[in-house]
Amino acid sequence: MHFLTLLFRNQLAALGAVVLGAILVAVLLTPVLPLQDPNATATPDRFLSPFAEGHLLGTDHLGRDLLSRLLHGTLLSLGVGVAAALIAGIIGSAIGIVAGYVGGRTDNIIMRGVDMLMAFPYILLALAIVAALGPGLLNALIAVAAVNIPFFARNIRGVTVGLAGREFIDAARLSGMSHTRIILTELLPNVLPVIIIAMSTTVGWMILETAGLSFLGLGSQPPQADLGSMLGEARSALITYPHVSVIPGLMIFLIVMSVNLLGDGLRDALDPRLRSGALSRPRAITLVEREDEVPAATDDLLAIQDLQTQFHVGDRIYRAVGGVSLAVRPGECLGLIGESGSGKSVTALSVMGLVSSPPGVITGGAVRFQGTDLIGARYEALRRMRGDRVAYIFQDPLSTLHPLYRVGDQLAEAIRSHHKVGHKEARERAVQLFEDVRIPNAKSRIDNYPHEMSGGMRQRVGIAMALANDPDVIIADEPTTALDVTVQAQILSLLNDLRRDRGLAILFITHDFGVVAQLCDRIAVMYAGRIVEEGPTTAVLERPAHPYTKRLIACVPELGGGRRELAAITGLPPVVNDLPPGCAFAPRCDKVRADCKHGEIALAGPGARAVRCLYPEADLQKGEETTA
Amino acid sequence: MGGYIIKRLISAIPVLLGITIIVFLIMSLIPGDPATAILGSYATPENVAKINRDLGLDKPMVQRYFIWLFNMVQGDFGRSYSLNRPVIDEVLERFTATLVLAGTSFVLCSILGILAGVVSAARQYGWADKAITFTVLIGISVPSFFLGMMMILLFAVNLKWLPVSGMYAIYGGGDLWDLAKHLVMPALALSAVATGVIARLARSAMLEVLRLDYIRTARAKGLPERRVIMGHALRAAMVSIIPVLGIQAGFVLSGSVYIEIVFQWPGAGRMLVDAILSRDLLLVQGGVVFIAACYVLFNILVDVAQSLLDPRIKT
Repeated sequence: MHFLTLLFRNQLAALGAVVLGAILVAVLLTPVLPLQDPNATATPDRFLSPFAEGHLLGTDHLGRDLLSRLLHGTLLSLGVGVAAALIAGIIGSAIGIVAGYVGGRTDNIIMRGVDMLMAFPYILLALAIVAALGPGLLNALIAVAAVNIPFFARNIRGVTVGLAGREFIDAARLSGMSHTRIILTELLPNVLPVIIIAMSTTVGWMILETAGLSFLGLGSQPPQADLGSMLGEARSALITYPHVSVIPGLMIFLIVMSVNLLGDGLRDALDPRLRSGALSRPRAITLVEREDEVPAATDDLLAIQDLQTQFHVGDRIYRAVGGVSLAVRPGECLGLIGESGSGKSVTALSVMGLVSSPPGVITGGAVRFQGTDLIGARYEALRRMRGDRVAYIFQDPLSTLHPLYRVGDQLAEAIRSHHKVGHKEARERAVQLFEDVRIPNAKSRIDNYPHEMSGGMRQRVGIAMALANDPDVIIADEPTTALDVTVQAQILSLLNDLRRDRGLAILFITHDFGVVAQLCDRIAVMYAGRIVEEGPTTAVLERPAHPYTKRLIACVPELGGGRRELAAITGLPPVVNDLPPGCAFAPRCDKVRADCKHGEIALAGPGARAVRCLYPEADLQKGEETTA
Repeated sequence: MGGYIIKRLISAIPVLLGITIIVFLIMSLIPGDPATAILGSYATPENVAKINRDLGLDKPMVQRYFIWLFNMVQGDFGRSYSLNRPVIDEVLERFTATLVLAGTSFVLCSILGILAGVVSAARQYGWADKAITFTVLIGISVPSFFLGMMMILLFAVNLKWLPVSGMYAIYGGGDLWDLAKHLVMPALALSAVATGVIARLARSAMLEVLRLDYIRTARAKGLPERRVIMGHALRAAMVSIIPVLGIQAGFVLSGSVYIEIVFQWPGAGRMLVDAILSRDLLLVQGGVVFIAACYVLFNILVDVAQSLLDPRIKT
């Protein structure tokens, strides 16, 4: 039942079902309807137009009633098409299952044969079969079925091979079941959905093919007529009496279209990958729906002000970023830290409108670069700043570099999309950048493809690309997470040098306090879409105020720290479509009190430090006084 | 690259041999005595014996296969008895006409299909996407021969824009412009289904690619959106589109049989149907093997194109 609801939620599939159902009912009622003999000729009544007396759809070149012939022909076409699909499906699937289950040499020989049959255009095979057996509807059916057997065999074999290696098949084999029984009771039920999908998507095709052979005069022979031969016979009178052609032609079209719609719907309903519907729309810029006042400008280089980014999936709203404010000054490095899913990457991507939309929507706040609001900016204005003023370094350099372009070209392209420079100049600049990020043999390396480089080298390419236009701000989203520790240290010191030399501001996103300690001047800790603590790096690391920060730091193993207990934080971060009131960390906090679970808790504190907690672990007031 | 092409050509040899075996086996399925089938009512014992001798049918099957194969390798595909001329001459002449038609259709469906798919994906759920999806649905459901007939009615009979049928005008035609005019309708009708299939695939391939990280990188470095879509995304999507182009070329070639009948195009498909109806089996056999071999070679070209496009394929 669930399956049917899924199928009919798809309106087009429902339309297909209705049309096909109507045709089927009409065809099945044919024997009891008061129709004329489809083969009774009446030469005086040749080529009557539709709505002629006694002939609702008119007559053909021999004066035969078109309505009656149409319904009989439809029955024949449908029957032959479905029969061909069944025959091809059963034989092809049997071959596929046997080949996939037995494997080895048998599999090899069978699949070679199948490849051979698929190596040439299907109609040649069909024509050869009809040529050998002679024209006729049954022979056309055999030809169409035979031509489609390889398709089923190959598909089903692929699925079977995947299943045959699974544990439940091994278990069945060990329990002494016979091969036949394993195939019938263990394999077949699992392969059946695939067979059904394959049949439903090919049955329309088979109806079309048999109609085609009949159209050529190689299928049904007179006086018997299916839709194809009706069309073929009517062709000679196409210009003078088009209705005789149009009627069977439209019928084939309706049948094939409704079968296709239904087949697509069936596939969508059965294929879980498509069912999730979580496919994001690839817009060039994140959707903005701001209703509240835009916060006023500040004099920071880059300021994120009360930013709110949500994901709208169906009826649910995930508040990935729920009012985040951050700012960086030139030459400063700000670390943004938190568990996966805390919203730190979404915050970073929101800056340049790179959150994929839908589902992403920026619903409030502002991002200001030198005072200009980027969230409300037009696409072209934002594009000009992307990579030029504000550049990104992403986490996994294998998936973030284009696999089919040479790395040097990808780098040159970054330069050329902002500066009018020639190919040669861009290339020289690319070599220079590769040397800046300390890639050895820069001159030859720029002609590599990403898959020809190591992870560390690829990440350097990513950094070089971010530096290409000498930006003011770099947003680095976990740039070292995918790398091993020595490479990580090299990359971090490289970033640090660049920051010193070029006066770059860096927003550094990570879940690793060790990395933060090496590089960042200040850190902000994020939890469930909000900043829970902020302050200078050493102060926060030495005297964390938020229980969450403290627990996070406790998770970091310390080299030479002896046998210290690593305290994992129990529980999971909350799902951001259903945040509890009060402190989001309360359910996992061991110091939780009753009033933690009500009302809004402000991010507050003296000087550079701030915490969003009613009962902080450290007294910030006191702490600041002693350090000051 | 040269080595790769040679390797692929060598790997085609067993496929080509397989095709000859399959065709030969199918042809020997003919029920009863082939000589009687050819002669029909003229099948007197003397005639049957003569035909059997002429066609070598009195020899054992395996021997017959090798004689046939050996002759074909030397370019002798036998003699068509209904046309009374060498099979290879007829096939070459007719297949050229088919190539003009199917080749044009293939270029059309590749360009139109990919463009439609790209626009559809870039404007997912927009009006352009909906319009394209709807057109594609109709395109892949309409039988090409019916579409061709309706085009004749509309553009040739009612609007009189284009000639009804044939490849050249009977009087005074023969130039390229004449051919082009005759080619428009059959080429469009033939490409309709393939265009739809390619558009569907290109759309889903593009959507798949547009969600990937390196597209975000391309946007993050400030590439203009046109370059992101037509450069980065399409280039990557082509990797999954090109194999389907190869498959669709086979479908276009197959569909040309119907279109050649509808538009009276003097191609190889019509030749095969006529040969079947007049039971000219050597012509069928030779035509099928020849066209199949051309298609296999075409697919090697597709593979080579694929390896040029994707540096990750080891050549």
